[in-house]
Amino acid sequence: MEKIKSFLVHFVLIVGAIIMIFPFFWMISGAFKTSTEISTFPPQLFPKSFLNFDNFKFAFETAPFGRYFINSVVVAFAGVTICTFTTILAAFGFSRLRFKGRETIFALLLSLMMVPFEMVIITNYRTIVSMGIHDTLWALIVPFTSSIFYIYLLRGFFDTVPEDLYKAAKVDGCSNWKFCWKIMVPICRPFIVTIILLNAIASWNSFLWPMLATNSPHSRTLPFGLYAFMTEGGSLMERMMAASTIVVLPMIILFIVARKYIVSGVVRGGLKG
Amino acid sequence: MKRRIEKIEPILFIAPALIGIIVFTLYPFINVIIMAFKEDYNFLTTEFTKFGLKNFEIIFNDPYFIQAMKNSFMYVLIVVPVSTAISVIIANLLNQNIRFKAFLQTSYFLPMVTSITAVGMAWKFMFNYQNGIINYVLSFFGVDAINWLQNPNYNFLALVIYGIWSILPFTIIVLLSGLQNINPLYYTAAKVDGAKAFKIFQRITLPLLAPTIGLVMVINTISTFKVFNELFPLFQGPGIAYNLFTVVYYIYYHFRSLTPPKYGIAAAAAIILFFMILIFTSLQIYIQKKGSVYKDGKN
Repeated sequence: MEKIKSFLVHFVLIVGAIIMIFPFFWMISGAFKTSTEISTFPPQLFPKSFLNFDNFKFAFETAPFGRYFINSVVVAFAGVTICTFTTILAAFGFSRLRFKGRETIFALLLSLMMVPFEMVIITNYRTIVSMGIHDTLWALIVPFTSSIFYIYLLRGFFDTVPEDLYKAAKVDGCSNWKFCWKIMVPICRPFIVTIILLNAIASWNSFLWPMLATNSPHSRTLPFGLYAFMTEGGSLMERMMAASTIVVLPMIILFIVARKYIVSGVVRGGLKG
Repeated sequence: MKRRIEKIEPILFIAPALIGIIVFTLYPFINVIIMAFKEDYNFLTTEFTKFGLKNFEIIFNDPYFIQAMKNSFMYVLIVVPVSTAISVIIANLLNQNIRFKAFLQTSYFLPMVTSITAVGMAWKFMFNYQNGIINYVLSFFGVDAINWLQNPNYNFLALVIYGIWSILPFTIIVLLSGLQNINPLYYTAAKVDGAKAFKIFQRITLPLLAPTIGLVMVINTISTFKVFNELFPLFQGPGIAYNLFTVVYYIYYHFRSLTPPKYGIAAAAAIILFFMILIFTSLQIYIQKKGSVYKDGKN
């Protein structure tokens, strides 16, 4: 009885898991197929050779995917670095420093969290145009240099660090700046890593804002570049699959390496509005 | 001198973040509200005739906006309950004593970190009319080939299927963590009393998981109501018959696809979106408060 039950549980889970990862398998398998292989019916599960890199070559030669890739890395790196910096400072300020109106300002920020990003893009688009950074990588970095949501999360975490530690450090003449970076940040390192990962994933995959804020190939990031590749270059499926693989693969690797951090972050962060 | 530094120091800590928030959230929020009430707003001269409700009148008489609201609601009403039901089952199974845990978790959670645009391309390929794998699999069940992407009767269904698949990982993760928070003593007690597995699920798991289920459903309602990105890889826009307008696509369309852009219309639609989100978020906060009572009861 127990054995049958265990078998059924595993059976359902494995079938489900196959459905969940099938699109990824299909994408990667398609990326290595030739145009005749991909249009045969019934569809073949595997390509003849997993060493047929022609589609990748084509993607890199006809569209500047190399450039898109570097742009994505630069935007994610710069955006996440600056955002993490401002988030740590603000979270520390709200958690440890006393000033007039602290809780009022914080409550105001929390209520701003309800404002959907899709609403403010209308004005933000014009803001970056008037700043003169439209269609540059700056347009993809500047609007994301701070995040109420991450400040909210990190403050919650900072608040759990005992106040005595802060008082003791203060008595020893430790400055706020030093306490923040030398004590607070190291204590909360795993949590900060989680925030960094979530932020980097969001940046890597973002589509709506780059589609609005950038236009020419030199400033596109991967998802929008991929979409442009489809609309501009005609849609030969095997080439689209190769291009999509280039976009998805780094995140797959990141997830396999850092699954625990990401999952714990989603559990905590998922409970946001 | 030292006093003064102490006074401005907190401001220096929060200022860098605050500047960004003011410029890119607070200011545009207020600006969009004002813009929605400006009538006949001219985008080049920034002139307008007067403040009024004309933009709202226009969108509520626009069949595309009505369609966008309908589509967004329909999408939420199908995707959220279906994905929650599947996730409750999968999360429960994952919570058992199982083998290949790392592999299974990775498979179920992976779609959460990958680009909607890129994976959408794979789905477009799978949905292909002539040689797509989905039609091939369906042919074994005697289903004739369906033109998922180009037939307006089916493209909404294709969007829904992709939507369910992509929201499952998040839903499963949240429910799984909810399950892990249930005190194991309940299960031990039930087993001692000789309760059957289904009874345990019905009488212990479901009631204790209810707040988490409610919470994840509201969060998913908020995110699915903003459905937008999925439209691009699958349909390159609102579908072949312009039948897939959603609220966010409607906003995007009016200030980006039209020349000259209709900022007032986009802003009015954005305010409707905001109110929808506001209602759902209030619901979320309410559930969270209620949920914490349950948790206290546990300890």
